[in-house]
Amino acid sequence: MRISVQDVPFELGAESDAFAAGVQGAGAVVTFTGVVRDADQGGLKAMEIEHYPGMTKKALMAIAEEAMKRWSLADALVIHRHGRLTPGERIMMVATAARHRKDAFEAAEYLMDYLKSRAPFWKKEILASGDSDWVAAKDADEDALKRW
Amino acid sequence: MDILYFAWVRERIGLPRERVETSAATVADLVEELRAREDRYAAAFADLSALRVALDQELSEFDAPLKGVREVAFFPPMTGG
Repeated sequence: MRISVQDVPFELGAESDAFAAGVQGAGAVVTFTGVVRDADQGGLKAMEIEHYPGMTKKALMAIAEEAMKRWSLADALVIHRHGRLTPGERIMMVATAARHRKDAFEAAEYLMDYLKSRAPFWKKEILASGDSDWVAAKDADEDALKRW
Repeated sequence: MDILYFAWVRERIGLPRERVETSAATVADLVEELRAREDRYAAAFADLSALRVALDQELSEFDAPLKGVREVAFFPPMTGG
């Protein structure tokens, strides 16, 4: 299990390869990548991601440990960036490995649902107009936790 | 006790962290003390349903006791992922 909270970009291919190489025989590897989107097509200049350094890694670790307990996983990986990102940049990725794909898919969804609402990150959108706004948490994201 | 603020809570209060001496028994009592300080605190803590709290880096609740707690953090609902 590896958790990385970092300001620098990560290589999706290299991270995926290294993760898969570490779980040979697992049979199923699922990866999910979150990317800064430009919802208003040209309106978004940057996304600033703030976090709580003393808590972030611990919170992500607890979420990943819970996933390892609930599903039959060979391994799990979470990388999450903070700082200033521009549209198209990768914000985060999760990877899960299991003997069968159902465990890997479900665990990856669980990790995503929990790190959306229970990992101490806050996103601020910096618009081309010069305005900026904190991204509000969605009720749907909180509701998504109930299915687990 | 150290108090940390994040995101718009930090912006509204105007600082990321501060040390306070308090005898507040619960998080809610501490919030009352902070609200009474200045308008910017009253503004930041106007609606507790829009806030979350962590005690010693673990998510907690506003009715939680503060005994033995060294670090309290206030922030809006998290938006990771």
